[in-house]
Amino acid sequence: MATPTEYPLPTEGAEGEWNEDSIRQEVNALRHKPGALLPILHAIQDRIGYIPEGAVAVIAEALQQTRAEIHGVISFYHHFRTRPAGTHVLQICRAEACQSMGCRALESHIQQRLGIGFHQTTHDREFTLEPVYCLGNCACAPSIRLDDRILGRMTPEKFDLLAEQLTTSTLEVQ
Amino acid sequence: MAIRIYVPCDTTALSLGADEVARQIQQAADDRGQSITLVRNGSRGLCWLEPLVEVDTGQGRIAYGPVEPDDVSALIEAGLLEARRDHESCLGNIEDHPYLKRQQRLTFARIGLTDPLSIDDYRDHGGFQGLARAVELSGQAIVDQVKESGLRGRGGAAFPTSIKWQTVLDQPDDQQKYIVCNADEGDSGSFADRLVMECDPYLLIEGMVIAGLAVGADQGFIYLREEYPVAHRILDEAIARAEAEGYLGADVRGTGQSFYLEVRLAAGAYICGEETSLLESLEGKRGLVRAKPPLPAIHGLFGQPTIVNNVLSLATVPFILAQGASAYADVGMGRSRGTLPIQLAGNIRQGGLIELGFGVTLREILEDFGSGTLSGRPMKAVQVGGPLMAYLPESQWDTPMDYEAFAGLGAGIGHGGVVVFDDTVDMGAQARFAMEFCAVESCGKCTPCRIGSVRGVEVIDRIRAGERPEENLALLEDLCETMVDGSLCAMGGMTPFPVQSVMKHFPDDLTG
Ligand SMILES: Cc1cc2nc3c(=O)[nH]c(=O)nc-3n(C[C@H](O)[C@H](O)[C@H](O)COP(=O)(O)O)c2cc1C
Ligand code: SF4
Ligand code: FES
Ligand code: FES
Repeated sequence: MATPTEYPLPTEGAEGEWNEDSIRQEVNALRHKPGALLPILHAIQDRIGYIPEGAVAVIAEALQQTRAEIHGVISFYHHFRTRPAGTHVLQICRAEACQSMGCRALESHIQQRLGIGFHQTTHDREFTLEPVYCLGNCACAPSIRLDDRILGRMTPEKFDLLAEQLTTSTLEVQ
Repeated sequence: MAIRIYVPCDTTALSLGADEVARQIQQAADDRGQSITLVRNGSRGLCWLEPLVEVDTGQGRIAYGPVEPDDVSALIEAGLLEARRDHESCLGNIEDHPYLKRQQRLTFARIGLTDPLSIDDYRDHGGFQGLARAVELSGQAIVDQVKESGLRGRGGAAFPTSIKWQTVLDQPDDQQKYIVCNADEGDSGSFADRLVMECDPYLLIEGMVIAGLAVGADQGFIYLREEYPVAHRILDEAIARAEAEGYLGADVRGTGQSFYLEVRLAAGAYICGEETSLLESLEGKRGLVRAKPPLPAIHGLFGQPTIVNNVLSLATVPFILAQGASAYADVGMGRSRGTLPIQLAGNIRQGGLIELGFGVTLREILEDFGSGTLSGRPMKAVQVGGPLMAYLPESQWDTPMDYEAFAGLGAGIGHGGVVVFDDTVDMGAQARFAMEFCAVESCGKCTPCRIGSVRGVEVIDRIRAGERPEENLALLEDLCETMVDGSLCAMGGMTPFPVQSVMKHFPDDLTG
């Protein structure tokens, strides 16, 4: 397996950019809700791509909780990340129904093709790879999720095609 | 009439290119100057046929499937727009399909027929009749209906729904009460909750409003798994539309009672499907399991009386109110009343949603509906009810789908997911995965679950490597017992079940 890729810090203008004002906006829009913390964390991650360390103090102050409490919640949930991800977050289902249709072989193929393991990001910052345990598409296994698209009956060949298309389309945008 | 063409919009159809199929069909019709009405319906739950395209020229809905984007142009050539039947993927009138005809769709009566977001469609197909009945009844009379129906929770524990409702109803009325829908659907092989939310969202909304009227709760939350982006989008839109038409909000259908509903997104933790962990999560905390008592029905969300029900339990209530409790209770066997939405998945030719009265045997599901494995190889093991349930060898497939019959095997029905494996499966690897999954998903509160699962993986690795197998097998058995006896919830308490079933029924795979 490839060596872990260090997450480089986002450069200026990158999608991971944030400032305290943008965080405050999200927090203020939701802080009145009962049990506001998860909605706030989702809103921040949706906007910035991850939950920056600097957001923790802002949230803690608004909700009158300690920073340790906020950290504790962020670390409990697999979905929340504290480092920027690649352009695309790619999840591979590892649960039983997908296992029965060969998701382990698909998993190794994808890891080899991208040169990374789970929780890592490719050098070109195109893909971050994550495991997931069921996407509710279990009758058309194996499944993967690319950002908000779920793709069923995935094969190594279909994946290679997809990866090529995605890489070319990003190049065109640049 | 203008030809209506249906292309489903649920996750499964979308995962196989339904948007692109719809686009190409519209394009082809435009190119030919033919006017069509393209409807994005829900799925009928015939997953292996998705994307399932239906064409209605006024003589029933003629279906084609599976239709992937690459198939569209050939189908257009073969007369899809005229509903011609000579193409090999034409299935004839879909209502006559044996997979559907043999089912008893009470809860899922509407899926696939309608545009999920159309309130008119919903009403035209019998929607909101349960609510209409409920507004005429007292809270107690509604709970009595649920009681007479015999409905037991479909989330896994099969606890009588009416007992929870009665407990919340009996709490003093001056308290804030909540209805919480458990839409965390974490079990592999399960997708019936998703189908309700994506294909018939007003059904869940109606069930929750009825629950609110019954017990005097004015706030509902749907705790939805983050892995379901399509359901999230559809539910949010359905809630907004239901509010605009007075089914939700300050005055539900002129009753003077209010009911507000909100989707709350989970964040990828399996344990948050456990009801007390779910409540912690809704409160904005780590999802640590609470000890019971106190019961959520008395001290639930924010310490208030709370109904926590699975999507399917709530979605069954409108039928019970509209058709009467006995219409539901008349179906089923023994103490398992009504229908079970079975979800057939994994290595199977015809996977999908099968709603039937309790009592059908597992073998009928696997053979008559499933038609064998997709790989064409012999079936070896079947896991019913999710990752915490036993693997069943062929000798157990004649068991009827009934809560008590499955409990008698040391197995369970859980949420009704059925996952099939062919003979290439390595059951030792499946046992290892059960422990691995528990190690990843344990909330961390109890040592047997948190540490035991990590040790479990190690011991299984040693057994599989041939290291002192007898000694290590005894150790594994010990470890399983410790987890069963010493865990607070079913995560640690039931993870041993799939492991023990492998030790018992597939021992050669473990020692290899
Ligand atoms: C580890 C674990 C995970 C669970 N996951 C779910 C789930 O995803 N969905 C669900 O409805 N119930 C789940 N349950 C069951 C709930 O705790 C609870 O019994 C259910 O929400 C009650 O609703 P019902 O009575 O309508 O079934 C889970 C239980 C455990 C122990
Ligand atoms: S058994 Fe596991 S998941 Fe359940 S409460 Fe204990 S540590 Fe948490
Ligand atoms: S197990 Fe992979 S989608 Fe359900
Ligand atoms: S609470 Fe300590 S072992 Fe379960």
